[in-house]
Amino acid sequence: MRIVVASGKGGTGKTTVSTSLAQVATERDAVRFLDCDVEAPNAALFLHPVLDSQREVGIRVPRVDADACTYCGRCAEVCQFHAIAVVGQKTLVFDDLCHGCGSCAWMCPEQAISETLSVTGVIDSGTTPEGIAFAQGVMNVGQTMGVPILRELKKWTPARLPEAPGAPRRALEILDAPPGASCPVVETLRGADLVLLVTEPTPFGLHDLKQVVAIARELGIPAGVVINRDGIGDDAVGAWCAESGLPILLRIPMERRIAEAIAGGRTLVDAAPEYRPGFRDLLERLVAGVNP
Amino acid sequence: MKQLVILSGKGGTGKTSVTAAFAHLAAQGPFAGRVLLADADVDAANLELVLQPRRLDTQPFRGGQVAVIDEDRCLICGDCESACRFDAIVETDGRWVIDPIACDGCAACVYQCPTESIRMQEQRVGECRLSDSRYGPLHHAHLHPGQENSGKLVTQVRQRARQQALDEERRLVIVDGPPGIGCPVIAAVSGADLALLVTEPTVSGIHDLRRALGTVQHFGVPALVCINKADVYPKGARDIETFCEANGIAMVGSIPFDPSIASALVAGEAVTAYRPEAPASLALSALWERLVSVLVEPPTRQDDGFAEPITDNLNQPGTFQ
Amino acid sequence: MKLAISIAGQTLDSPFDARFGRAASFCLVDTDSGAWTVHANPGLSASGGAGVQAAQFVAGLGAQAVVSGAYGPKAYDTLAAANIQRLLAPGDAACRAADILAAFQAGPLAEADGATHGGHHGG
Repeated sequence: MRIVVASGKGGTGKTTVSTSLAQVATERDAVRFLDCDVEAPNAALFLHPVLDSQREVGIRVPRVDADACTYCGRCAEVCQFHAIAVVGQKTLVFDDLCHGCGSCAWMCPEQAISETLSVTGVIDSGTTPEGIAFAQGVMNVGQTMGVPILRELKKWTPARLPEAPGAPRRALEILDAPPGASCPVVETLRGADLVLLVTEPTPFGLHDLKQVVAIARELGIPAGVVINRDGIGDDAVGAWCAESGLPILLRIPMERRIAEAIAGGRTLVDAAPEYRPGFRDLLERLVAGVNP
Repeated sequence: MKQLVILSGKGGTGKTSVTAAFAHLAAQGPFAGRVLLADADVDAANLELVLQPRRLDTQPFRGGQVAVIDEDRCLICGDCESACRFDAIVETDGRWVIDPIACDGCAACVYQCPTESIRMQEQRVGECRLSDSRYGPLHHAHLHPGQENSGKLVTQVRQRARQQALDEERRLVIVDGPPGIGCPVIAAVSGADLALLVTEPTVSGIHDLRRALGTVQHFGVPALVCINKADVYPKGARDIETFCEANGIAMVGSIPFDPSIASALVAGEAVTAYRPEAPASLALSALWERLVSVLVEPPTRQDDGFAEPITDNLNQPGTFQ
Repeated sequence: MKLAISIAGQTLDSPFDARFGRAASFCLVDTDSGAWTVHANPGLSASGGAGVQAAQFVAGLGAQAVVSGAYGPKAYDTLAAANIQRLLAPGDAACRAADILAAFQAGPLAEADGATHGGHHGG
């Protein structure tokens, strides 16, 4: 079962919720955790995995064999992104415009184009002290396209999930999504069984929640809501969720001591163990299936 | 004309609340009547929720194209599916169908289809908006949920704002930036005169600040830092100060945690207008004074106010050494 | 020689457009005979890589020199690869394509010695 934790608005507590959910789940389940916020990956700061493996990822960009090229211009014609230009007796490739679709290589009548990996980031993986199989995508500074990294990250499978004594365990995947409501969020959500939306009770939280709910509905993914920092702002979020038939699965009140502990890098259930039962209950409701 | 962009790396550090306060404060002082606002966070365009502006103009924004299969001509050979590197061609009820959300618009399938049954179709993915707010014109946008090309939409918002600023001889454009460090951030920061990074004293805030600073410096824009909710975790705030000092980046202010910020949001006001005497408002006013002095007389690149690019270990998790 | 000028209209009297990649059109002038034609810039509607597309287009028109106000890095490189001279309009005052042509014929225009800005990002 794949659960995505998303929000729309940044800083509402996605990572706070996803890391605590993972720690509670690992008491009984085999957990795989993917930090999908490749621009600003932070879950490792809380889960402290030993990242013992790293793989470079990127997109396949064209390289033109100048001896074989006849400057016919077909590659430039098929490229939708103007990443190849043919002028006179020269063929120019602009790696940062390339989306890695492969059309230029396929369409070249001289087979003068090969493809090479242009590294845009890495995938780090390892295991946390509790035995969570952990991986994160990290985009290199200055790069623009995170989605290809995300696509590779979602394919990552740990060498083996840690064995547990006793009964066979459920396999759970928890994905920490990036903020926003554009392509990286959609790519994170694709293939999810359900989405947990973390919001805060302010007009910003509500506005951005609506954007992600629209994506979840379009993809047909059932959604539930966690209201974080409950007590600040107003309860327009609660009212809208009730109107829209979105279940509110957990409310986490604004408490300064929690904010301080999280600021220092502790997870919520570690800093405030009284939240463990609430997270266990949240998990069971998710696994049983949220009813939209 | 100067362009000031507000960024953070991590989301939710308070960029938009800070931008709204600046919009209010800039309406007085040396830039009064000569300010223009732009919301470059098109995925989560929140500045209008605070400023509650009056809409003047809306233009459709067309993003890239997506492929469409003509069912009548399709032989269901599957060549398109094997050509697609974006997993956008899926089998539904024995037919191949394009998932417009996954489609990257590369047209590889168009070239591979033996019966020429696939064509590209332009997508309307959002709109560009111009509104009139109490603190000046606001250029903003709405991206339909789940769409791509947000970087292009940001570029368009900024170009429209810049053009109006030039036409009307306005002196300052304040740009509310998106979180992260990717395409929309680069579109928001490139060509700006000054970036203010709003961070928070948390392990995540610090980690993402480093990456955001790396991005801003990569594109040659001078950066200043301020800490929001500075008193929530004083050790984190000290770490940020030490880091900035070690890297020659000017810290221009600290804003305390203040519930007035959330209350102002609910009231649809800039906190500095809503409760001028609130601790956050006082801190924001002092911060704005410092920014004005930098904007009016920016330090040159040789000055010690601006640092050499940070290049070490930007991808590593962990706090500052 | 054939000179391409970035413009915002349909004739030699149209206003000069200081942008290269996102100019509405190009006025192609034969500087010897004075004959001119106007060509819509295909890069205008590109979702990314407008400069590359515009540069290839201008190369395809057979231009030997371009006058504009700003070249992005990719447009600059593409024009350079095509051996097209990259000239800068004198000053940045509002003027017509015909004024640019007159300035070109009156004396050498400055050459852009690199991209004039960091490029735009979209997509």
